[in-house]
Amino acid sequence: MTDLLFGPFALEFMQRALFAAIAVGALCSAIGTYVVLRKLSFIGDGIAHASFAGVVVAYLRGLDYYVGAGIVAVLTALGIGFVTRRGRVALDTAIGVMFTGAFALGVFLMSRQAHYNVDLESFLFGNILAVSRQDLILILILAFVVAVALALLYRPLLYTSFDPVVAQASGLNVAFVDYSLLVLLALTIIISLESVGIVLVAALLVTPAATAYQLTRRFRLMMLLSVCIGTGCAIVGLYLSYYLNAGSGATIVLLATAAFFVAMALGRRTRTALRHG
Amino acid sequence: MHSEHSVNPGEAVRIHGLHVCYGPVVALDGVNLALSRGQALGIVGPNGSGKSTLLKSVAGLLQPKRGSVEVFGRRPTDLRPGTIAYVPQVEAVDWSFPATVEDVVAMGRFPRLGAIAPFSKRDRAAVDRALAALRLGDLRRRHISQLSGGQQQRTFVARAIAQEPELLLLDEPTTGVDAATEESLRVLVRSLVEQGLPVLMTTHDLDRAAEWFDRLAVVDRRVLAEGDPQVVLGSGVYATIREHTHTHGHRRDPLEHRAEP
Repeated sequence: MTDLLFGPFALEFMQRALFAAIAVGALCSAIGTYVVLRKLSFIGDGIAHASFAGVVVAYLRGLDYYVGAGIVAVLTALGIGFVTRRGRVALDTAIGVMFTGAFALGVFLMSRQAHYNVDLESFLFGNILAVSRQDLILILILAFVVAVALALLYRPLLYTSFDPVVAQASGLNVAFVDYSLLVLLALTIIISLESVGIVLVAALLVTPAATAYQLTRRFRLMMLLSVCIGTGCAIVGLYLSYYLNAGSGATIVLLATAAFFVAMALGRRTRTALRHG
Repeated sequence: MHSEHSVNPGEAVRIHGLHVCYGPVVALDGVNLALSRGQALGIVGPNGSGKSTLLKSVAGLLQPKRGSVEVFGRRPTDLRPGTIAYVPQVEAVDWSFPATVEDVVAMGRFPRLGAIAPFSKRDRAAVDRALAALRLGDLRRRHISQLSGGQQQRTFVARAIAQEPELLLLDEPTTGVDAATEESLRVLVRSLVEQGLPVLMTTHDLDRAAEWFDRLAVVDRRVLAEGDPQVVLGSGVYATIREHTHTHGHRRDPLEHRAEP
């Protein structure tokens, strides 16, 4: 039993993977609470895809992958925020145009390389087992920074997520809060990209929070449950992927998806009980 | 918290030559109004007359095209957080948001608290007082999706009260609430006004304007009459614009009628 639990972590890369999974799982599912309540899931997907262009350009120029993806992700987030506040174009249309364009640019640049040996799949689906020591340190530092910022912005984020108009009238700087959330979202996505990949990061931003939303009607509890579910799925998913010899990112997300359907069934029972209680 | 230039210390709001447009549509066209501390000013006018726009301008939610709005001698957006409490006519919130009545009312404390200050006993007491004042004590743990229209309205008024603002803006708070709620709201607003709070409120209810307000302004893109509620209502200005609005829409010359206090 002990061997089953700790066996995998005799391997150093598995230890790093575990820490990365916990950091990514907790962070994505915490900020995911706002993503779900503000209906930003498409934006998360958009930022993740757009940053692929940054990854490719950074790779071709021999720059650090985080720098390339980070710059593009933050710029995309700010651009989306700007378009939202101006409100001339339907936001989902704007994101749809922008992120598919940026993603295609990434693929285009990549495919023109005569002998590209970079593992495209690892960007799409991530490889948490390949997280290096430096990667892990960077992930933990960035995760800490984002977590502190989220804690400091807890009240303004909650108020402006629920009622932005009245929050602004009462003197909160709603534009600052909105932009801050988008930048934090971009940073979270960058942190998560290497471990869970572009396609699956959107799922980690939405599914744990959506699962928690089925189970509670209190904001604070929703965030707490979301973090527990996200972290739990990350840890258990890592184990399962090790023993099943399956992709870690996909396993983590499949677990979260399963949790969502269980919660949906439970949530319906809870609501029915409430109605009759 | 008062500004550098000369401000009457008793003055809460000064609106000067205010023009607000939505694209090509002129919503307010040269509004002048003032509100003192410890005074309730009622705004009446037909639908589409710019009443809500006026409140939003004072709340700092709309940028004036020309003219100015000063609250305690400053632009509304330059005030310390928590100074203005605003209750919109229609709350466009997501009713499935995970929040109870108490959670919503507690948000009223957030603007003043900032990031790190803990939610203190004083904050809790303010929330309790606001819940009690709006008779929401029994509903405090209820999810907001399970409230009636009147209960929703009371929740948002309670949030504004819990904020302990220095200026209260109410946009037709009595629309769609029952008579008992309306009366308790009136008693509450009057007691806050007696304690020195300036209140700016729009309403459709002319019959009881004298019981609600110290002063009344008839607004239809501009101020057509302003003064003591009895005098303003007695002047017939409101009846006239109603008739004009009804027969000619909004295109008409400004009225000569002016009721002086």
